[in-house]
Amino acid sequence: MMRMVNGLIDWVDARLPVVNTYKKHMSEYYAPKNFNFWYYFGVLSMVVLVNQLLTGVWLTMFYSPSDGFASVEYIMRDVQWGWLIRYMHAVGASAFFAVVYIHMFRGLMYGSYKPPRELVWIFGMLIYVALMAEGFLGYVLPWGNMSYWGAQVIISLAGAIPFDVLPFIDAKDAKEIGEALTTWVRGDFMLSTATVNKFFALHVVAIPIVLLALVFLHILALHEVGSNNPDGVEIKQNKDENGIPRDGIPFHPYYTVKDLPGVIIFLMIFATVIFFFPTGGGYLIEKPNFIPANALKTPDHIAPVWYYGPYYAMLRATTLEFLGMSSKAWGLIAMAGAIVILFLVPWLDRHPVKSIRYKGLVSKIALTLFVLDFLMLGYFGTQPATGLAKTLAQIGTVYYFFFFIVLLPFGHRFEKSKPVPERVTGGH
Amino acid sequence: MNNDGVNTSRRTFLIGLTSAIGAAGAVGVAVPFVKSWEPSAKAQNAGAPVTVDASKLEMGQRVVEEWRGQPIWVIRRTDDMLAGLPKHDDQLKDPDSSVDQQPPYAKNAWRSIKKEYLILIGTCTHLGCSPLYEPEPTVQLKEGGFFCPCHGSRFDLAGRVYQNVPAPTNLVVPPHSYTSETVIVVGSEEGETKA
Amino acid sequence: MKKLVAIVLISVLPALGLAAEGHDVELHKAPVNLQDKVSLQNGAKLFVNYCMGCHGLEYLRYGRMAEDLNMPEEAVAKYLNFASDKIGDPMSNAMHAEDGKAWFGNPPPDLSLEARYQGSDWVYSYLIGFYEDESRPYGYNNKVFPSVGMPNVMASLKQELGEEEFNAAMGDITNFLTYAAEPIAAKREHLGVYVLLFLAILLIPAYLLKKEYWKDVH
Repeated sequence: MMRMVNGLIDWVDARLPVVNTYKKHMSEYYAPKNFNFWYYFGVLSMVVLVNQLLTGVWLTMFYSPSDGFASVEYIMRDVQWGWLIRYMHAVGASAFFAVVYIHMFRGLMYGSYKPPRELVWIFGMLIYVALMAEGFLGYVLPWGNMSYWGAQVIISLAGAIPFDVLPFIDAKDAKEIGEALTTWVRGDFMLSTATVNKFFALHVVAIPIVLLALVFLHILALHEVGSNNPDGVEIKQNKDENGIPRDGIPFHPYYTVKDLPGVIIFLMIFATVIFFFPTGGGYLIEKPNFIPANALKTPDHIAPVWYYGPYYAMLRATTLEFLGMSSKAWGLIAMAGAIVILFLVPWLDRHPVKSIRYKGLVSKIALTLFVLDFLMLGYFGTQPATGLAKTLAQIGTVYYFFFFIVLLPFGHRFEKSKPVPERVTGGH
Repeated sequence: MNNDGVNTSRRTFLIGLTSAIGAAGAVGVAVPFVKSWEPSAKAQNAGAPVTVDASKLEMGQRVVEEWRGQPIWVIRRTDDMLAGLPKHDDQLKDPDSSVDQQPPYAKNAWRSIKKEYLILIGTCTHLGCSPLYEPEPTVQLKEGGFFCPCHGSRFDLAGRVYQNVPAPTNLVVPPHSYTSETVIVVGSEEGETKA
Repeated sequence: MKKLVAIVLISVLPALGLAAEGHDVELHKAPVNLQDKVSLQNGAKLFVNYCMGCHGLEYLRYGRMAEDLNMPEEAVAKYLNFASDKIGDPMSNAMHAEDGKAWFGNPPPDLSLEARYQGSDWVYSYLIGFYEDESRPYGYNNKVFPSVGMPNVMASLKQELGEEEFNAAMGDITNFLTYAAEPIAAKREHLGVYVLLFLAILLIPAYLLKKEYWKDVH
């Protein structure tokens, strides 16, 4: 029996690099031994990705874009266990963003985007953008009233693209181009099942393929250069006589057994939300989405799902009109710029030190404020923009860009860094 | 790294224990995904038993109902029709209904619970066409019966197939029962299944 | 630094919440208890008698309700005016949308998901919120739904029962509508307990396994 199994492995391995791949990415992939709490969120993103793919494939079996709202209720009530699969998918979307945001924060905190890991960061950012598109398209599919109005707002943004900045396009033409563009996206003169059908295809086929390819590249690039760690020490610069990093341990079994309890604890939190708070108090599934899409009934307050909050807050906070462009166009530029600037982080950060642990006080305060700023913007993005909230969102928008354009490149000039150790600190 | 003095048996035990519980969990997770492929409440409602009040039928008349996407025939047979049944047993493939094409309570000479009412699934056992109802004698059917226009299969007024036709077996009798003297529930055996 | 983050978060976020929160009509807390089958059954009966003339529950099936609320199917057929062919049919309403629009200005909405759309507290407050108002076509207005199009169909019931019992009856309807909005809710929470227990058990050997292997790492 054992001989047969070994024979089979040998047979396959002579034709496909199974053993080599396993060694390269698992048993002989040396990861720094000092990973801390923040290093769980990469593997958690994978767990949520698998959850989304599996539940998504199953939902596709029952969902019908020609009557999205009724078919979601059909899944929730008539399909056996459909309710659980749907909640796993809906809550999973939010869980995806939660773990990805923490994963990105980890990168920001320990300088995981600095050379030689720029491509790891770029692929990660592309995943994030694809995820936002996927989330938006998926949010439209249940075809509730918030789906409708959310889509209305986002699609009409295409009409705010300031084409007239181009010298050969005047304001009137720009408006027409914008209108033609929104009509093209909708595939109709209003939001309709034509739009839902289109979004369905993109949501279940096109974007998932892109996502999977990007995840593959993200991990491939990571394993080429090796993982960063909380100390920001390059473990490959200190190898033993066998060429193995002294501060590295094989990913398998050490990090597989370490990730497992982390995954279980995450699943406990995930299950708590699914089974006890599936709508998340209106933050995960919004109340207006419990009535069908209705073009004549605007919800009292159109709010994006929490994970778009920061960008929506920046979009609304921009009320300036200058250089001959409307505040709507500037809002769009602010929102797009807020995402684009994240791609540039590997080149914006000119700090000589990688990890926040050995950076000075200015960097620490800057990052803390940035996290608070992002959370605040996220919160305001989901609330009505009035009075104090609006002012704070404007201040928050300014700080967001200030952090990336000023503090990240130049902050190190105003602080004294601590010496970075030769070896990683702490084993666990 | 130091691999000296590793407690291998403890590791093996813990791996086994974690895998076993994990595998049980995987089975649990699979349940919703497997069960969701079962007929939904909507499909079950559409496939729910169909009630037919046979008292409204004239003698010799047939009504067609739908159950689970199949035509269901309910025929009220006259005494003449019933008297004709035994006369052609020698020309049939399976005169005693030995092939399992009916519930046990319809495995009799007249292939129904009550002699008067015949309940059949109205699709030919050859290729699924719908045979024509011939209550009166015709050239091919001396005592009346069912004639399939697709490939010429013939059945008698108990749905039994004649010899030398393409259809291999008798017409199917669906599960059914009586909730009163003349109220038939097709697809449910909760009522009376004795005459 | 972690502490700093925590302190700032805890102190700042609630303040922001207050700053941005709007002020709506105060709602009464709905007496929702999905385990209370008697209340749910009473709510179902009242709903069928007082509401279903105009409003349907197109996503709830009679059979599902009978099973979930421990009602024998014959009783559903007899007492709940169940006139359909099949027990598995949805409790949708026969009233024509055009008729409804002509009579009340708007077709009466389907209430399958009302308790999730408006919230159970809103439904309860609405049901007990009718008051006399001569300026309205049907002589009544509502505290949480000003200029409501629906007549106060429960007026006679309120006279018959008295305020306290009437409120309890409206609580039962609210309870029933909360059930109808998510029939699986009770079972969902029940199952959740077992899932969490299972994961807690799985965590033990997984954690010990991690400890065991990480003895190697110095």
